[in-house]
Amino acid sequence: MTQSTDTAPLGPDPLDRLPEAKEDPPKKRTLQLVWIIPIVAALIGGWLAVKAVLDRGPEITITFRTAEGIEAGKTKLKYKDVDIGLVKSVALSPDRKYVIAKAELAKDTGNMLVKDTRFWIVSPRVGVGGISGLDTLLSGAYIGVDIGKSQEKQHSFTALEVPPIITSGLPGRQFVLNTKEIGSLDVGSPIYYRRILVGQVIGYQLNPNGKGVTMKAFVNAPYEKYVTPNTRFWQASGLDVSLDANGFRVRTESLASIVAGGIAFQEPDDSSQLAPAPENTAFRLFSDRVLAMKTPEADAEAFLMYFQESLRGLSVGAPIDFRGIIVGEVKSINLEYDPKAKNLRFPVEVLIYPSRLKARYRKGASAPMEAGDPNHHKVMNALIEHGFRAQMRTGNLLTGQLYIALDFFPNATKTKMNWNDSPVVIPTTPGSFGDMQNAAASILKKVDNIPFEGISQDLRKALQNLDGTIDRANKLVERLDGDVATEAARTLSQAKATLATAQQVMADGSPLQQNMGNTLKEVSRAAESLRNLTDYLERHPESLLRGKPEEKP
Amino acid sequence: MSTARQYRLASCHDCGLLSKLPSGHGHCPRCGAALHFRKPNSMAKTWAYLIAAIILYIPANVLPMMITGSIVGVQSDTILSGVVYLWVSGEWPLAALVFFASIMVPMLKMIAILLLLITCGRRSNWQPQQRTKLYRLVEFVGRWSMLDIYVVTILAALVQVQSLASIAAGPAAVAFAAVVVLTMLSAMSFDPRLIWDPLDKEQEASGETHDAKH
Repeated sequence: MTQSTDTAPLGPDPLDRLPEAKEDPPKKRTLQLVWIIPIVAALIGGWLAVKAVLDRGPEITITFRTAEGIEAGKTKLKYKDVDIGLVKSVALSPDRKYVIAKAELAKDTGNMLVKDTRFWIVSPRVGVGGISGLDTLLSGAYIGVDIGKSQEKQHSFTALEVPPIITSGLPGRQFVLNTKEIGSLDVGSPIYYRRILVGQVIGYQLNPNGKGVTMKAFVNAPYEKYVTPNTRFWQASGLDVSLDANGFRVRTESLASIVAGGIAFQEPDDSSQLAPAPENTAFRLFSDRVLAMKTPEADAEAFLMYFQESLRGLSVGAPIDFRGIIVGEVKSINLEYDPKAKNLRFPVEVLIYPSRLKARYRKGASAPMEAGDPNHHKVMNALIEHGFRAQMRTGNLLTGQLYIALDFFPNATKTKMNWNDSPVVIPTTPGSFGDMQNAAASILKKVDNIPFEGISQDLRKALQNLDGTIDRANKLVERLDGDVATEAARTLSQAKATLATAQQVMADGSPLQQNMGNTLKEVSRAAESLRNLTDYLERHPESLLRGKPEEKP
Repeated sequence: MSTARQYRLASCHDCGLLSKLPSGHGHCPRCGAALHFRKPNSMAKTWAYLIAAIILYIPANVLPMMITGSIVGVQSDTILSGVVYLWVSGEWPLAALVFFASIMVPMLKMIAILLLLITCGRRSNWQPQQRTKLYRLVEFVGRWSMLDIYVVTILAALVQVQSLASIAAGPAAVAFAAVVVLTMLSAMSFDPRLIWDPLDKEQEASGETHDAKH
């Protein structure tokens, strides 16, 4: 305010007339309360910063083949359908071959990032096992996570090409199957145990040397306990049509396995109960059930057989049968030149499974053919002595398939085994079919020896004689006809008349008949009265002495 | 030029009574309100509010402002990511507007108050008139820099179709609102007369004789 003369009401010096304010004692300089505000702000800011740092989960990099469906800031990482992270950025790798996605995971996921943790993109997919990931049509693809069991930490991963079928949380056990070719099997192909769906194929890979395929099969709990070290796996893909010495057979597992293929497993029926096989046990995957159920070749012993007859119809794999028990199989059929006989011969190499024979021996008794047994040769020699031979037999007349039978042929030509040969030769005896052929030949020979010409001449002579005999017989009959026939006719007519008279006498109503009837009536009456008398006497035997008592009125 | 302080006079804020106040601290003789020549602790209060605003300006820009959820997922945007989104999608004027209103204005406001505080703290005589104009501008702009909060709150209120789409204010909204309020408080607690006080001191020094006549 400036000095002014305009404000007249206040007088000549208005300042003098102003009221005095009540003065406060001078204030001590104290800390202003207002400074609490920036302190609080700093605390809040600091807390936010700390929280951001604390909440920040681990960051990982995942390498994908393509970034299909992945979007920075949108694509989530899910484990068991729970969000555990978010893709932060997607970029090409320096060599432009892959896509590298950086993802930030939730706070407590550090222990999930181990070496065998798997990542894959979940998007709609149509596979053998059905349609999956339909929900991602609406929500967009996400990255599936399966946490591994390894202890080794890792922060960069390579995503799987296809989603794993089995997640690590699923109870069950994994097994390794070795096979020559994969057939119609694929990831997701079913595994059957006694035709119940118990598992799936979860992966396969070509062996590094290119020979064979290694598959991984997962058997769900509680069926995994049925897989024992003795279990056999075989391909149940499609139709299994087999034509062998046992005939024509068609086997299938289920309709689904016909379409999609599958694997079945089972223990051989005769195997004893074993403990379940541990995880990742390797098994051989057989191409069919019959092969699978055969005793493994490991304990097979090779023998050689030479057959005289044609080997047509004998195939590799044909069974060796000992009175109905299959003890081996044909391994190979060859042709070789026999320098001694200067002839070709046909060696058939066979595998005999001594264990099959052993299994059927009583406890304590050793197998007769088990290699290494000191009695081995002795027993075998004794068997051969008794006529133990191999013989080719027809298994199936329709198809002509042959099998080799082992049996005792007491009439077989004596022979001995040469144990120095390798493989040892089992003596053979001509097959039943060959027998038949030989018999036919010998019959034909005998037939050939019959003097048909002489016989025919004799026969003609005999026929001429017979002719004369018949002539004479004819004459005799004629004479009989003339003389004897008239006499006979007369006798017959007399006999006829006699019979007519007899008929008259015996006819109904004739006096003889009537007399006879009357007589019979009399006789029956007499019999009746006689019965009455005997009845009475039976009741009153005393009447014989006393006489008949007076009847009382 | 004379000021009320030079005459040791103070007017009551409540009843308007002018009274003599030699010491600078006292109460109105008529209504009992506190009397002072300048806003008490103006500089300290302004500093406090400003520092608080500067601190909270960081989370306001770093944290998500708006969380939009739709069936295709949840997205949270900071102010800057919103601006970037608008810019990338071709909405340049809108991007510029949001950038200016939500990032530049609060920042410039804080810089302006900082400038005033520093110059007054150093009792500078530099451009008092321009600085006063700046103060007026800061005071005027104050209430209008809440635009973002308005937008977020209105959107959040409007778009709440739970299963299909939802919008929620993020933690940055709170920080941002706090920044706006704190800068307003800071501007309010600043006493623009402090800009001119150094000039008075100069005059006082030169015109001491003039005063003494009265």
